[in-house]
Amino acid sequence: MIFSYDLLINAIVSGILIGGFYAAVTCGVSISFGILDIVNIAHPAFIILGSYVAYIVNVTYGFDPILTAIVMLPLFYALGAGIYQIYYVSFEKHGQESLRGLAFFFGLLFITEVSLVLYFGVDYRYVDAAYIGPAWHFGLLDIPLRILVPFLVSLLLIGVLQTILTRTFIGRAIMAVAQDQLALRLLAVNPIRIKRIAFGISIATASLAGAFLIIIQPVEPSVGREYIGRVFAICVLGGMGSLPGTVIAAMLIGIVESLTATFYGPSWAPAVSFGFLLLTLAVRPAGIMGR
Amino acid sequence: MRTPVFFALWTGIAAAVLALAFATGNDYVFFAGYVVMQYVVLSTAWNILGGYCGYVNFGSAAFFALGAYSTVAIYKFTSENDLYGLPIPVLMLIGGAVSGLVGFGMGYLTLRLRGAFFAIATLALAVVLQTLVVNWDYVGGSRGAYVVRPEEIAPLGNYIRYLFLIMMLLAVVAITVARLIEHSRLGYGFATIRDDELAAEASGVPTLRLKLIATTISGALMGMAGAPFPYYIGYLQPSSTFGLDYAVNSIAMPLIGGTTSWVGPLIGAVLLGSLQQIATVTISSAVNLLIVGCLLVGFVIVAPNGIVGLVHKYWQRKPDDFVGRRRVETDSPEAVP
Amino acid sequence: MNDLPQVQDLLQVQDLGKRFGGFVALDSISLSVPAGERLGLIGPNGSGKSTLVNCICGTLRNEQGAVRFDGRKLDGLDAHRRTHLGLARSFQLPRPFVSMSLLDNIRIPLLYTVAARGTHHGAREIEERCFDLLREVGLDAKARRMPRDLTQVEMRKLELVRAMAAEPKLLIADEAMAGLTHSEVEEILALLVRLNEHGVTVILIEHIMRAVMSFSRRLVVLVSGKKIADGAPDDVMRNPEVERAYLGQ
Repeated sequence: MIFSYDLLINAIVSGILIGGFYAAVTCGVSISFGILDIVNIAHPAFIILGSYVAYIVNVTYGFDPILTAIVMLPLFYALGAGIYQIYYVSFEKHGQESLRGLAFFFGLLFITEVSLVLYFGVDYRYVDAAYIGPAWHFGLLDIPLRILVPFLVSLLLIGVLQTILTRTFIGRAIMAVAQDQLALRLLAVNPIRIKRIAFGISIATASLAGAFLIIIQPVEPSVGREYIGRVFAICVLGGMGSLPGTVIAAMLIGIVESLTATFYGPSWAPAVSFGFLLLTLAVRPAGIMGR
Repeated sequence: MRTPVFFALWTGIAAAVLALAFATGNDYVFFAGYVVMQYVVLSTAWNILGGYCGYVNFGSAAFFALGAYSTVAIYKFTSENDLYGLPIPVLMLIGGAVSGLVGFGMGYLTLRLRGAFFAIATLALAVVLQTLVVNWDYVGGSRGAYVVRPEEIAPLGNYIRYLFLIMMLLAVVAITVARLIEHSRLGYGFATIRDDELAAEASGVPTLRLKLIATTISGALMGMAGAPFPYYIGYLQPSSTFGLDYAVNSIAMPLIGGTTSWVGPLIGAVLLGSLQQIATVTISSAVNLLIVGCLLVGFVIVAPNGIVGLVHKYWQRKPDDFVGRRRVETDSPEAVP
Repeated sequence: MNDLPQVQDLLQVQDLGKRFGGFVALDSISLSVPAGERLGLIGPNGSGKSTLVNCICGTLRNEQGAVRFDGRKLDGLDAHRRTHLGLARSFQLPRPFVSMSLLDNIRIPLLYTVAARGTHHGAREIEERCFDLLREVGLDAKARRMPRDLTQVEMRKLELVRAMAAEPKLLIADEAMAGLTHSEVEEILALLVRLNEHGVTVILIEHIMRAVMSFSRRLVVLVSGKKIADGAPDDVMRNPEVERAYLGQ
């Protein structure tokens, strides 16, 4: 282990920045799992889908990936709404979500990933943008712009989401649907519709997260798998549905992963987030800022 | 049908299958058959925890891989110290013991968790175990490990025939164990855990103890299935041995076949396993996985009780015999008392 | 009020407290139930009756106070251990084992609770006993049917008889009579009286005042997590606090 303050500071900063990105990746699951109690383990696959969409548009027209993702938001929203409808009719209505719902999403994960492999192959894909390449230097710090930009936009995304959830009627209805569906019905609000909207939003975030991902690193279809555990680890650690909690947890995991990779080697990094998850589940299932 | 009779019957069927395989005169049949039998064991094992108890394990690959890597570790030890290699059945017992122990440990850590959390925890555990193995240089780490398979073994001839026979016998053991559980008090207990754990506890069922039994047996069987794998494949790599493909198959096969009895995983594994072997050879292994994914989603939506459930519906038979004792139609809602 | 625990009390609840986050569900509840008692437990919705049952039976963990059953402290014991010791309860919302027949539903307590006490019965004996139990509530004709084929009323009866199958010393019947007709209520009451005559202590939680008054030899009233009355039924019903609690209903 070679220790130097240079490495330490960079590892921590890098961890914070990646943590911001992790928060964007996880916020969708915070909604679907944290609030709606739907175990969508296919979420990372949709993120990869978002990455490939950004890739195609970037390679064909040269458009900026993040802008592409924003344009694609309605499409991903529709996808999410459609998936929820199928999920609801097939499982939730009958109370079968535990085994079969899980299997359903597991199957979706595979279908998505394998379809991407069949269409794009297993080569790594990457995008081109003005901020991919250059880095900022502040004294000891080396911050690549391709990590900084997604970090900033991620925080913006989370901010927007939090505002929607706390200040708009639909947002508050989403928070309420987790706690008291009957009360919602009495307010003449259909809980199913609310859940569909929420799930749609959840998948829409995957569009942006996918763009961030392919900016930060080259992507190939199986990259999503590393994120399954990470995403649920952060969601649980962050208190299941609390967006501020998600951000804190994401940065925590980002920092620990970064430190582990820097001082112990990258092959140990995957165990970090998963180990964290197990620890949290064992000790305090309610997470850091849990309900 | 009493258990010893059942076991004898299926051993007989296995012998017949073996004879058929010999008759084809093509050794490839043994290679493909080995994989199918392996999946029979994995699906049956998964179903003991997943179908009977209702606890979804995403980490099947880890138990499978631990069995495989136990064999690798022993192989390295015996070959480096010029000792006689251990016979496969012994390796199976060791692999089963290791995985069973880990299964017990995993259960102890995670079984107090609600269903979805348990499933995620199993995934996490699988990755942690994989990371440990990747960083364990003795078994080759991420570079992989080589195991030299003997060419032949008398009187069967090609060694692969021996591997196929062993795996088939393990499959018979697995379905016998599953059936034994189903028809015993344990089977009733497992079903109450699946239906309503709170009511089970109130009725006097020691749910934690039973769940631990389920994870241990399930893990042990998966480990036993993994133990001969290094000899089958020759070159072992953590990324593929711990691959999600094992997880998806060990879930898809019981769900497609039917989760309420030992018959479902058997049917699912034989059908889906054979389908995949054919697809891998004729089309590609990616399409193979696409088919599994689509079938899984399709069956889960359209036929929640699997093939067994469909047969049941068509024939309208009482749930007391061949098709299995219980039919799961609804999971009880998670109402807070 | 009879707060002092007696040596022969079957169930002793001392200063039981339970919170859900900031909400106090149970506030220092003390209760003593001698063997053979017919105790009625009443109170408005949300007063904590079911929470109290859950804490006594181990489904929920109480933060404060202690529960003693048959002289033993129940702290930390899993629910199934408490059932083995002789404590049985029916759930307010029936929770049948949906994937098995009525017969098998009744078989479970026999296989796991009765057997745990050391008595070993053969398969035939167990099956007969299951039929006998189902006959007590008139469900023997549907023994091989599934819970989803039952009416709401039949589900409640199944819930009750499944608790009885555990051969308890103390049976807690949580709103077993909701939605039943007059004659069905009488049926269940007769069943509970029969049980009590055979030595089973019964705690009846009910909203049907007629049933509670006719069955109980002692009445306990819970309001907002606090015990406000405990004594002979007629005395309790004349208590001004109890009147106030119910006039608003």
